[in-house]
Amino acid sequence: MLGEAEPQWLSEEVKTGTTIIAIEFNGGVVLGSDSRVSAGESVVNRVMNKLSPLHDKIYCALSGSAADAQTIAEMVNYQLDVHSMEIGEDPQVRSAATLVKNISYKYKEELSAHLIVAGWDRREGGQVFATLKGLLTRQPFAVGGSGSSYVYGFVDAEYRKGMNKKECQQFVVNTLSLAMKRDGSSGGVAYLVTIDEHGTEEKVILGNDLPTFFDQ
Amino acid sequence: MEKHYTDSKVKGVSTGTTILAAIFDGGVVIGSDSRASIGGEYVSSKTINKVIQVHDRIFCCMAGSLADAQAVIKSAKSHLSFHSVQMESPPLVIAAASVLKELCYKNKDELQAGFLTAGWDSKKGPQVYVVSLGGMLISQQVTIGGSGSTYIYGYVDAKYKPNMTREECLQFATNALALAMGRDNVSGGVAHLVVITEKGVEHVVVPGDKLPRFNDE
Repeated sequence: MLGEAEPQWLSEEVKTGTTIIAIEFNGGVVLGSDSRVSAGESVVNRVMNKLSPLHDKIYCALSGSAADAQTIAEMVNYQLDVHSMEIGEDPQVRSAATLVKNISYKYKEELSAHLIVAGWDRREGGQVFATLKGLLTRQPFAVGGSGSSYVYGFVDAEYRKGMNKKECQQFVVNTLSLAMKRDGSSGGVAYLVTIDEHGTEEKVILGNDLPTFFDQ
Repeated sequence: MEKHYTDSKVKGVSTGTTILAAIFDGGVVIGSDSRASIGGEYVSSKTINKVIQVHDRIFCCMAGSLADAQAVIKSAKSHLSFHSVQMESPPLVIAAASVLKELCYKNKDELQAGFLTAGWDSKKGPQVYVVSLGGMLISQQVTIGGSGSTYIYGYVDAKYKPNMTREECLQFATNALALAMGRDNVSGGVAHLVVITEKGVEHVVVPGDKLPRFNDE
């Protein structure tokens, strides 16, 4: 009874096996992600933007299960809207990160998504928060997703304190490019979001414009 | 990564490890960390040497089950010295790699060992070969292996340049090993490096406190 095997994308969970990164500079943050969404071995979306706005100057980067990550982002987006109306001003990045952390922690057994929250607010400037499995920690930069394993060495070596906006953008693009080349679940194009006090800038870098390295 | 540990519990002492080999202008650098662990929980040796000499100018690094790797290398060494007597000349690096590959491929069901082979011979100069777990043999300019290598793929891709000088290559290899040891809990200890050129072989050992530190330490 050798029937045709069911295509994987019908039975496998949709994951954003991915590479995400966020880094803070003096005056703002840069977030970056790849664009591949996979279900088992199929790529079901090759241009997904995994950088999701939580508020005007606060974004989050999604990784893990696509459904879980998107749901958390949407819930926090709503909760932040309500919160910012209550306090009458723009919310702090820490508040957004805490809301994400609360959901991640409370439902940690059911969910499998990791969000990195980054943004700019008037009080503390640019901030990056990691919320893996329900912890909340502020870091100068954070990487996540399946592709991040391959670039731990690179980011450890290359990160320097006090980089400016352009250097941070280049750092993010280089890191994404290296991870996308090595991780089967990361690929496509690179999305970049830069947030500072003047505004939010979204950018897409197409595959052939990504930096290449010695064996390419 | 968990898969390595459960298999190793069945096979005995196993290395989570980081190994690396890179060609520079005129020679090759091969190196490794020095930690042997059982199941990722206990460090059974802090100073094990995973860089083994199989001939005058040919060295190997082992990954996977240490027990399997040691057995294979012992057999390969004797094959190789017999071969070199027959040929009346030092063996080629590819000969050493092929001997390892034959053993790994023919016994692929029982063994769980992979190797990096690096050396210098008069026919092709400096070379690096990789024999993977199932017995595939390929030649590369730079290669990394072991559990700790996952974390430095990005670094190696970004920082390796063909035709580096000896000093640049040594620095590159030391940095890469240090970064991997910093992130992989089953790699650590000292960095063993061997530099092989036409002129000879030089061992460099970088103890833990002399390893390069990066800004988060």
